[in-house]
Amino acid sequence: MRTSKRVRAGQYTALLAYLVFLAFPFLWLLSTAFKPPRELASLHPTWVPRDPTLANFRQAFEEQPLLRAGLNSLLAALGAALVAVLIATPMAYVMARHRSRLSRAATGWVVVSQAFPFVLVIIPLFLVLKNLRLIDSVPGLVLVYVVWALPFALWMLTGYVRAVPVELEEAAAVDGAGKLRTLASVTGPLLAPGIVATGLFAFITAWNEFFFALVLLKTPEKQTLPVVLTHFLGAEGVADLGPLAAAAFLATLPSLVVFAVVQRRITGGMLAGAVKS
Amino acid sequence: MTKTAEPAGGPARRLSGPGAWFLVLPALIPILVLSVGPLLYGVLLAFTDAQSGRTDPTRWIGALNFRDLLHDTLFWESFRIGLFWAAGVTVPQFLLALGLALLLARELRLRWLARALAIIPWAMPEVVVGIMWRLVYNPDAGLLNETLRDLGLGDGRDWLSGLATALPAVVVVGVWAGMPQTTVTLLAGLQNTPRELHEAAAVDGAGAWRRFRTVTWPALRPVALAVTALNLIWNFNSFALVYVLTGGGPGGRTRLPMLFAYEEAFRYGQFGYAAAMGCVMVAVVSVLLAVFLAGRLTGGDDA
Repeated sequence: MRTSKRVRAGQYTALLAYLVFLAFPFLWLLSTAFKPPRELASLHPTWVPRDPTLANFRQAFEEQPLLRAGLNSLLAALGAALVAVLIATPMAYVMARHRSRLSRAATGWVVVSQAFPFVLVIIPLFLVLKNLRLIDSVPGLVLVYVVWALPFALWMLTGYVRAVPVELEEAAAVDGAGKLRTLASVTGPLLAPGIVATGLFAFITAWNEFFFALVLLKTPEKQTLPVVLTHFLGAEGVADLGPLAAAAFLATLPSLVVFAVVQRRITGGMLAGAVKS
Repeated sequence: MTKTAEPAGGPARRLSGPGAWFLVLPALIPILVLSVGPLLYGVLLAFTDAQSGRTDPTRWIGALNFRDLLHDTLFWESFRIGLFWAAGVTVPQFLLALGLALLLARELRLRWLARALAIIPWAMPEVVVGIMWRLVYNPDAGLLNETLRDLGLGDGRDWLSGLATALPAVVVVGVWAGMPQTTVTLLAGLQNTPRELHEAAAVDGAGAWRRFRTVTWPALRPVALAVTALNLIWNFNSFALVYVLTGGGPGGRTRLPMLFAYEEAFRYGQFGYAAAMGCVMVAVVSVLLAVFLAGRLTGGDDA
């Protein structure tokens, strides 16, 4: 198919417009993070800081307990990812391989859980966790995140399991391997990349999560990064822009890096999960 | 769960009974205790006068919360804002994403860059997206006003606290934040379009628009429907973006239902009342969604 020059030019213009739209807020964040206060106060801000500085980063760490918050976020996200994958993988296996009422109910839950307004779930969860004395604690948050990450984890993992041919397992069974042996040495290794991708995705979701953390964590030393970031905002309009931008940029780095690694697998997994059984 | 159940075939069948339960329980218990349970509990709470930090026991009050809610003009105002926001974000999000996906499906240079950039809004914490756009909208040091000044279009304004501009301004952020995920999903859907059909149609002299309508769209429609429905729900229930951008202000102009319910529950401690709001939100979203899907599934088949 030939495309005329004029159409081509139009396509490139459109693509360029998209690129600008997608990129400019992030570039502006970067630029703000490296600007000294004098330039931030200027009525004619520039794209590239004239006098780039790291002072904003230092100030950000002085103003808010960012390290502590980063550690909390890391614990919450790692805990949630590990537990979610650990309990979702066996269930996804059953859902993919064994058509039963239970599997159908679980699939139904996965879909319905997308429609909950969190507020309907968070009030009872708040009361339950309070009774368990898990409120205002990172382990309590991990519990919530695990359940919150489960629908998507199940969805993706079910797709990955389906992608492993049943015939392989049958062949192993014919060769005399037991069920556990088959799972460990045939299905497991083939599933491993999918499990890792799912875990990393759960990590990002938990690392980025704000609403549950805002409601459940009250003590400043226990709060996660997104919650601590909002402390920079202070009263309307008086936010200290430099340190705010610096802290926001730092908080984004881990999820950006992880996401860049798994993006391809995640989109693949979403589609795999969508394949009709 | 009997062994003689449907012929699912192969080793799968050997997995019935206690074996399957053993595999399922580790996930099933948390789902029941921390998701299904709380959801039912939440619905029950809507019929009580539960409040935070109260000492006397919670009582059943029947549908009183719902009756109060019916007359709560602030809530319905917030509801209206929520619907405007959900539609105002979802529709442009879909159109822009579709455009970008169609571009990315062609062999253009810079495709890799667009793919890489699309990662950024997707992977970012919503709080950071909000902060970033506050920097853009900032009245003094913000990029938007600066650009307007450079173009000689006046001094700009305080976008996020202007009564007229606040809601459109947050809608733009919503579109920006959700576009990449929609794009990637649609792009994956586009890969299912039969290429030969496309070429055959071109040979027959069908223009770009006709090819899109007769070849691309029918193949893309299921994906497009699913992603729009999900976006609609997610957007209606969204919280963090607007919380960071405006906190619901100015004067409640951007107070989405989630923000309203959050304040009711955790600022004023009205658990029962907030739960009733949650119930109403679920109900309305379900109805809207049913109407949307039913309309599309029956009406669009011969289009």
